[in-house]
Amino acid sequence: MKVDQLSIFLENRAGRLAEVTRLLSEAKVNIRALSLADTSDFGILRLIVSDFEKAREVLKQNGFTVGRTSVVAVEVDDTPGGLHRILEMLRDSKVNVEYMYAFVQQSGSNAIIIFRFDRTDQAIEILQQNNIPIVPGEKLYNL
Amino acid sequence: MILDVDLETLPREDLEALQLRRLKALVERVYENVPFYRKNFDERGLKPADIQSLADVKLLPFTTKQDLRDHYPFGMFAVSRENIVRIHSSSGTTGKATVVGYTRRDIRNWGRLMGRCLAAAGLTSQDLLHNAYGYGLFTGGLGAHYGAEELGATVIPVSGGGTRRQAMLLRDFGATAICCTPSYCLHLAEVAQEMGIDFKSLPLRVGVFGAEPWSESMRKEMESRLGIMALDIYGLSEIMGPGVAIECAKAQNGLHLMEDHFLVEIIDPQTGENLPYGETGELVITTLTKEAIPLLRYRTRDMTSLNPAPCRCGRTFVRMKRVQGRSDDMLIIRGVNVFPQQIESIIVETEGLSPHYQLIVTRENNLDNLEVQVEVDESVFSDAIKNLQRLESKVQKNIKEFLGVTARVKLVEPRTIQRSEGKAKRIIDMRNPQA
Repeated sequence: MKVDQLSIFLENRAGRLAEVTRLLSEAKVNIRALSLADTSDFGILRLIVSDFEKAREVLKQNGFTVGRTSVVAVEVDDTPGGLHRILEMLRDSKVNVEYMYAFVQQSGSNAIIIFRFDRTDQAIEILQQNNIPIVPGEKLYNL
Repeated sequence: MILDVDLETLPREDLEALQLRRLKALVERVYENVPFYRKNFDERGLKPADIQSLADVKLLPFTTKQDLRDHYPFGMFAVSRENIVRIHSSSGTTGKATVVGYTRRDIRNWGRLMGRCLAAAGLTSQDLLHNAYGYGLFTGGLGAHYGAEELGATVIPVSGGGTRRQAMLLRDFGATAICCTPSYCLHLAEVAQEMGIDFKSLPLRVGVFGAEPWSESMRKEMESRLGIMALDIYGLSEIMGPGVAIECAKAQNGLHLMEDHFLVEIIDPQTGENLPYGETGELVITTLTKEAIPLLRYRTRDMTSLNPAPCRCGRTFVRMKRVQGRSDDMLIIRGVNVFPQQIESIIVETEGLSPHYQLIVTRENNLDNLEVQVEVDESVFSDAIKNLQRLESKVQKNIKEFLGVTARVKLVEPRTIQRSEGKAKRIIDMRNPQA
């Protein structure tokens, strides 16, 4: 039920982000979702891509520091309170959200939110118990 | 004013005779009392009696900072501990520090030489000296302090730090002279400005600046901006502390070396060969009168040149040019000695960082800034910002704690720090003191 997320260390220098997108485009890797966290010195680019292994390989070969992080993709009702319901059940079980980012599918009425939890397995359990739809990695990569 | 007019204006001939007499006695003394030198002499088949002229100094071995470290802490002392009345030490983590001692007479000589320096800077017993050099193991604070008292000036032992308070005291006490690093003085002036205290309106008229390299353009800027005369003073703890050489207020053209106490040479740092007057090389000092820790041909690593022409102030001592740089890679950040190796060991001991680093030194608003760039280690790369920031602040904290300097730590991508063949280029010093 986990999704492989690519995390890339980026120095705050002009052109670094473009270098990542160039390499991925040349490798014909599609970006499904992304989020960029930044500080004054550096940033971390988080990506869900169509081909994790290929993307990691090409980035590593070109000198990027990349990591693999397990995240969970959750389908959330695109209605008021949709996200709130999920966060509430996690709060009640004392699972922390390290970070999250959302994207909307082209088709369908639901949003997909990518979560990074401090206790991933427990979070999955809770979500499943509450019948919250989790998007498996395979489906997400090929969206 | 010339404090020791009979000595400071000695005809060269007489000065050299005095130096030779002292050199011969020194060589006897170290051979008798310092095992390090005795062993060295014996290995070379050198006897103290072989030293018959000043030129024979070339026969003597060099002494390096490493020798002092190897004999840490008291191994180079030439007198028993009961005759030592004070210890000073250079900055550094254990093992890197160099320790020096002083006998009662050493302290007296030092005070006298520092007194001469302040007199050369135009100070008299009428003056009020704001001494912002750090007091403690560092030689700056106490060195300047004793010199001021020797001269009979009024000394304010304010030491380092507490800049706003310093600005207030400058205004309230009306100091006429100040001692500190040039960068600190500029910082102090800025803080004072923010508090509504204009340096130009203060009675302050002269600054005696040292303990870090600074440039002629910096002098001009300080003089016009602060409305004071800015003079360069030179010294190092291994030799004594501040007071080895100073510019006179009259000429402001080269630093008079106290040659009756120090025999100086300029050498090519690569070959060790002596260089003639006027050529730039490494300054080498033999302490002629030091009792506690006399040193033969100490390699200062400071690059300069010597000018024997008499100065219009009347002093006959050679003048050394403002220090042009260092022949090794020691950095002086806001007056604190920093060796790249010290930072390296902190980085290496921090999990998650590669040993690839670079130190970038810049000067902003007249203060030295040290930036430590380190490559992230792939094996522990974390996607959580807070973990990486924790790493940065950990290194920063350790540098502050062990070295006493504030550095900005910046994580960079792997393989972005330039590798070089052989000796790594660890330092990019953009302060450019010669500009």
